[in-house]
Amino acid sequence: MSRGWLPVTAPERTPETLPFWEATAQGRLLLAYCEACDTYIWYPRTFCPNCGSRSASWREATGFGTVYSFTVVCRAAGEFREAVPFVVAYVELQEGPRVLTNIVGCEPDHVFIGQSVRVVFADTGEGSALYRFAPAHLDAGPGPRDGVSE
Amino acid sequence: MTMKGRACIAGAYEHPRREIPDRSVWQLHAEVALGALDDAGLSLSDVDAYFCDSSAGFGPVSMSEYLNLRPRFVDSTETGGSSYLVHVGHAAAAIAAGHCEVALVTMAGLARSGMQAPRARSSGSPEAAFESTWGMSAVTGYALAAQRHMFEFGTTSAQLAEVKVAASLHAQHNPLALLPTPVSVEEVLESPMISSPLHRLDCCVVTDGGGAVVVVSPEVARDLERQTVTLLGQAEAVGHSENGRIDVTRTGAAQTGPSAFAEAGVKPADVDYASVYDSFTITVVETIEDLGFCAKGEGGRFVLDGALVAPHGRLPLNTDGGGLCNNHPSNRGGLTKIVEAVRQLRGEAHPAVQVPDCNIALAHGTGGSIGTRMGSATLILGREEA
Repeated sequence: MSRGWLPVTAPERTPETLPFWEATAQGRLLLAYCEACDTYIWYPRTFCPNCGSRSASWREATGFGTVYSFTVVCRAAGEFREAVPFVVAYVELQEGPRVLTNIVGCEPDHVFIGQSVRVVFADTGEGSALYRFAPAHLDAGPGPRDGVSE
Repeated sequence: MTMKGRACIAGAYEHPRREIPDRSVWQLHAEVALGALDDAGLSLSDVDAYFCDSSAGFGPVSMSEYLNLRPRFVDSTETGGSSYLVHVGHAAAAIAAGHCEVALVTMAGLARSGMQAPRARSSGSPEAAFESTWGMSAVTGYALAAQRHMFEFGTTSAQLAEVKVAASLHAQHNPLALLPTPVSVEEVLESPMISSPLHRLDCCVVTDGGGAVVVVSPEVARDLERQTVTLLGQAEAVGHSENGRIDVTRTGAAQTGPSAFAEAGVKPADVDYASVYDSFTITVVETIEDLGFCAKGEGGRFVLDGALVAPHGRLPLNTDGGGLCNNHPSNRGGLTKIVEAVRQLRGEAHPAVQVPDCNIALAHGTGGSIGTRMGSATLILGREEA
């Protein structure tokens, strides 16, 4: 049985990633994007690791994706010790990048590869929010920008 | 320039203990250094090149002072558990270039006693904010790889368990192994789930200890009484998330395997014995595929029917019991992989697991995580003199 609770620790923000994290606090998932070679960049960088362009820009992601792989964590250390079982996953965004995240909003043993998911945000209270993903069929509920309580 | 035949391993030593609360890390470096030099018939004053990680102070600078070495070539390349196979390759290149003749490689740590300073692998790194936030750990990364491998190729938990079973069958002949008791597939599957689909017995041991090897020029090797083994090929690579397009079913071995085999001029079918990094059972399955011992996706089926069990399996693997049962000092199994390959080529493995006529051995290291980013290194070693 899932406790349904996960730590919400503010990630370290750097000048390079500050726009990304500030957007999450507004309920928006931004992706760095290279106009020169039409490539989404993950994790965010100010240059394009594909073509070397120095002028990566930001594009808002749809927030939808599918589970590429996942694991139900049953033993954990530190602040996650009391949160087990919880799900760590790679979600393949519609835009292409596979991002590490948690799957929330359903029982851990209901997660499967290929599952359609959409982003939800957990506010850290420190100018950022953690992007997690929930089953996309929860669409009847509040939209991604409004967040889903975890 | 090829390194084939340009360097030899003259000494190899594995620290005999697995829990060592009464030593410092630098003491362990010294104990394994002296052990490997004794094995080679050399002494500290013969060493003119030194390789170690940063586990002790200022790495090779602190340790050269502690050991009173006067190296003219040093390297502390950090690729996690594969570092020491990288060090051997760099030592061979330095020897081939005429920079040195006797290279000492040491590794040591106190992971089991908990006296080891945590390595800053994630904090202060570009990826940290996008990974540690989600409760990622070492086992979690490998579990993500295992789950996807199962999805794409039909690999099963019972197949992964066969890797542990083979390691345990070998470990029963190693009186120094941390876990010397054979286990069954059922016991692996019934052990507690840590991070699905990996169970406790899919995970390697946590031990103190370490090891060392001495790499020398063929000219030095010829003057030694001890049997040396010849470096036939070496390759290293970094596998990573490829700008977010990660494929967790493939490892850096897909690059290092073909390169090392090409340099050595041998094929996977020529390998008599393999030491393959076994931080987790899935590590072995993905790596043997990428090294070319079987087709991609066939690793789970390849390990069935005792394929990895010495002396008569198709690919005798980790005959010391590996990281899964014997030893994974400092959470890094790379150096012990080299040591067991040298034992096999010298005919000095335990008689119950010694591969008959072992002429070609492979050692492969994986550092970091096959679920995110890794340093990979492959060595191919030969029994014949250069």
